[in-house]
Parts: sequence; structure tokens; C-alpha cells
Amino acid sequence: MVWLPTLIKGCYFLAALLFILGLKRMSSPRTARGGIVWAGYGMLLAVLATFFLPDMHNLGLIAAAVLIGVSAAWWTGRRVAMTAMPQMVALYNGMGGGAAAAIGAVELIGYVRNLVPVQPAVIADTPALTPIELALGVLGALIGAVSFSGSLIAFAKLQGWLDKRFVFPGQRAVNLLLLAVAVVVGIMLASGYASLSLIAVFFALALLFGLMMTLPIGGADMPVVISLYNAFTGLAVAFEGFVLGNEAMIIAGTVVGAAGTLLTQLMAKAMNRSIGNVLFGSFGAAGGEAQSIEGAQKPIDAADAAVMMAYAERVVIVPGYGMAVAQAQHKVWEFAQLLIKRGVKVKFAIHPVAGRMPGHMNVLLAEAGVPYDLIADMDEINPEFPATDVALVIGANDVVNPLAKTDPASPIYGMPILDVSNAKHVIVVKRGKGTGFAGIENALFYADNARMLYGDGQAAAGQLVNELKTLDA
Amino acid sequence: MIDGFLALYIFMLAAFTGYEIIARVPVILHTPLMSGSNFVHGIVLVGAMIALGQARTPFEMTIGFIGVLLGAGNAAGGYVVTERMLEMFKSSKPADGKGGK
Repeated sequence: MVWLPTLIKGCYFLAALLFILGLKRMSSPRTARGGIVWAGYGMLLAVLATFFLPDMHNLGLIAAAVLIGVSAAWWTGRRVAMTAMPQMVALYNGMGGGAAAAIGAVELIGYVRNLVPVQPAVIADTPALTPIELALGVLGALIGAVSFSGSLIAFAKLQGWLDKRFVFPGQRAVNLLLLAVAVVVGIMLASGYASLSLIAVFFALALLFGLMMTLPIGGADMPVVISLYNAFTGLAVAFEGFVLGNEAMIIAGTVVGAAGTLLTQLMAKAMNRSIGNVLFGSFGAAGGEAQSIEGAQKPIDAADAAVMMAYAERVVIVPGYGMAVAQAQHKVWEFAQLLIKRGVKVKFAIHPVAGRMPGHMNVLLAEAGVPYDLIADMDEINPEFPATDVALVIGANDVVNPLAKTDPASPIYGMPILDVSNAKHVIVVKRGKGTGFAGIENALFYADNARMLYGDGQAAAGQLVNELKTLDA
Repeated sequence: MIDGFLALYIFMLAAFTGYEIIARVPVILHTPLMSGSNFVHGIVLVGAMIALGQARTPFEMTIGFIGVLLGAGNAAGGYVVTERMLEMFKSSKPADGKGGK
């Protein structure tokens, strides 16, 4: 069986190739679907090949764990609603981080076991780790554990299980101290002072840090955080791959680490903030008096709103997370189609961080069947607002708040926004008079050209559709 | 065992590859791509399998077992979620031609 190791290595090589080609294909809408299938074949190949590695024990256990894990995730992944995608990505990403941490733990515990001199037989059959392998193993375990607990908190927050942001004075100092202690313990482990209790302390610290780091981060910043943890897990996988001598893991993990880092930067930039500011500058705690807002919110009923848009020339629809929560995308598209049939020029405007993940709104609109060419991004649509008759804002709040431009005391000051207030009329569909996810008053709602259509996104869109139909009849 | 410098070269080239792939992606695909890269690091499953395969004591085996469970969840969940998202993107292409029927 001389050829078997070569065959296995070949499988890993092919898997790495398929991952890269798959990601490449995913970067164009036309080939995207094929991309994930290619990457899927790569994964299948790598997993199957692993069963045939020499010196593998516990094959039954491995097969059982793979079967249970795959079927549980497959089942939940199939059933979850499209709107819940962001937290599912956070959850699965956390699992990956946890798996990387577990690899690090097994390697470290095995290393400690090998240190005990009374078991020479054991030393003989597990190769000892080199200092570099040990150091990278510890580093990977640290990053993986942080990604694990952090992603789970992100999941819980997006799922609505953790509503309040958890903030206390001196939080940043406590977090930095936690990280510093975890790093010191990690260095001790890596330089050979390993013991089982020290390993336990190390993982407890790393998990606690991930938790503490994520708790104070507000909902609007969640997309950036999930993307960052995605990159973290990638790096952790690459490091553990080095420890295990597995090239496929190094390549796949590094590609994801680099891609995820860039994606995180792009997202932070869209909010005009640095990644450090997202992580450590507690959101919503800016100093100074917030500007008080003059005036009152002016309501409008569905019939008037429908008439206004039916006789408009250009209508821009601005969806936000509220549309996702209300599952209103199908009704909104039905309404838009009725407008298009009447000769109204309709476009959808998407802010880069609308929703809870980058491109979240694009996914939902695509689900409803909205064609690409009707969807415009921020830079494209902002110059068009002055020539727009009606801007219909559905469930978006902070991304259309003019305070981001005018109020230096506002926590979102400096964030680029969609300039809907430049449109001749603005209609805002909103459930109630409350503030947005970030807890900030929105000056748009009090603007002279703004009218509020109160109600659940789906119900309001349904009313608009009915009003248009009676108008047509 | 991989030679340290060889690993460094792999690391460098893979990092550039990842960067280049993302750099030219339209915003529309950011979510599926994040989800797709989430699936790709599901390769951690292979590492967890190897770790469990090398585990000797019941304690190591327990942690390894959990690792494989989590890794399998990452890989399978990441695949299903990404595939579902991209499936919708596929169907929106012909809708362009029909002009929204």
C-alpha cells in the first residue's frame, strides 16, 4: 500500500484546488451556484480520504460524530428561514472555531501526556510536537476559542435571545486584561510549562474573552463582527492545519482568513469606522448632548401613500432589516411590479450595511424575484434622489438618518447614508414611533417632506398592493 | 510534518489568493460569499477527524468527538445555507428577460 499516502495527499490537493476554484466562481452571479457545488465536492473528497489515513484510531467514533453533526446541521440549515441566515452563518462559524479549539486541546493534552516519562510506549507512537507546532497550536486554539464563544453570543443576539447590550465602566480595561492573561498563559503552554490544569485555565480565559468582547457590541455592528470571526476561524484552521501537517487545512484556512479580513474591512469602511472602533469603541456611548429634534411625525394612510406613488414618475424603495423581520419582501416586490406596470420607474436602493450582513437585502430581494438591474447601491442611487418623487423606506432606520451628517454627537455621525430626504416625498413604513436598532432618534421621521405609514412591513405592503389594485380597477 | 518555510510560502500565496478573490466581488454577493468562505473553513472537520484518530485517553476522545461534531456542523450547515442562498440568485437571472411577470 505504498500508493495510499500519495492518493490521500492527492485528494487533499484536489480539495484545496476545488475550494479556490469554487470561491472564484462564487464571485460572479452567473457561476456562483456551481461554485458552492465544486467546493462541496472538494469537502466530500477530503473527508472521505481522511478515513484512510494511516494510524487512525477510533474510526467508529469518528464516523458516528460526522454522521450526527452533518445530519443535525443539514436539517436545521434546510429548515431555517431566509431572514435568519445571518445568525445561522454566525452559528456554523462558531462551530468551526470550536472545532479548531478542540483540535488544539487534543494536541495539547496529548503533548502533556507525552511529557510523563513513565509511559515510554505512548511516546513511541505519537510524534512529539516541535516548538513551532506547539506555539501555532496554542495560537490557533486561542483564536478558535474566541471565535467560538464570540460567534455564539452573536448568534444569540441576532436570534433576539440577548436584547440588552452589556456595558459597564472599565469594560475595555477588563477585556484587555483578560486577553493579556490568556496570552501569557498561552506563552507558558507554548514554552513547555504545560499541565492539564493550565490548559483548562487557558481555554476558560479564551472563551471568556470571546464572550466579553462580543457582549458590548451593538446590533448594527454585528455584520462586521460575524465577518471578523469568520476570518478568525479561517486563521485558527490554518494554524491547526500546520500542527497536523495538513496542507488542505492550511490553504483553505488562510484563503478564508485573508478573504474574511478584506470583507471585514470593506464592511467597516461602509460604516465609516475602523475595525478597532467597532470592537472597542462602545457603540451608542458617544459623548456630548445629542441634537434635539424639532417637529412631529406626520402620519399618512395607505390609500394616500398608494396614490402618491401611483402617479409618481420615479419611486425608490429603501428596504432595511424591518422588511426582513416582517418577511415583507414578496409583498414589496408585488407592489413594485404594479407600479412598474403603471409606467412608474422603480428602483431598490441598498445601503452597504442594511440588514444584519453585507448584501443581506440583496439576498431577500433575490428570493422574492427582484431582478438585479433594479437594485442600486448607495453611490449609484444617492445622486438620483433629488430627481426622485417618492422614496419609500421600509424597515430601514439608521442607514437613512440625516443625523449621521449633521450631528457630531450622534453615535452614527460620519456613517455614509442614503440621502432619501433629498427626494420630493418620503414615506416611511414603520411599526411604531420607537427608535431604531441602535437606539438613536431619526431626524428623517420629523422632516417636512416625510410621512409615516405605521404598521408591520408585510401588512403595510399588502395594504398598498390592495389600494393600487382598486385604483387600477 | 511540513517544513516551516514551506508552510510560510503556502501561507503567503494562499493569503494573496484569498485577498484577490474577494477584491473583485460585487456587493450583491457579499453575504453568499461570506457564507461560502464559512463553508470552506469547514475543512476543520478533517483536522478534527485526525485529532480524534490520534486520541488515546477517554478524555482526549471526548474532546475530539466534540470537535468532529462541531466541524461536521460547520461544513454541512455552511454548505446548505450557501447553496440555498445561491439557488435564489440563479432564478433571478431569467426573470431579467421576462421583465418581471
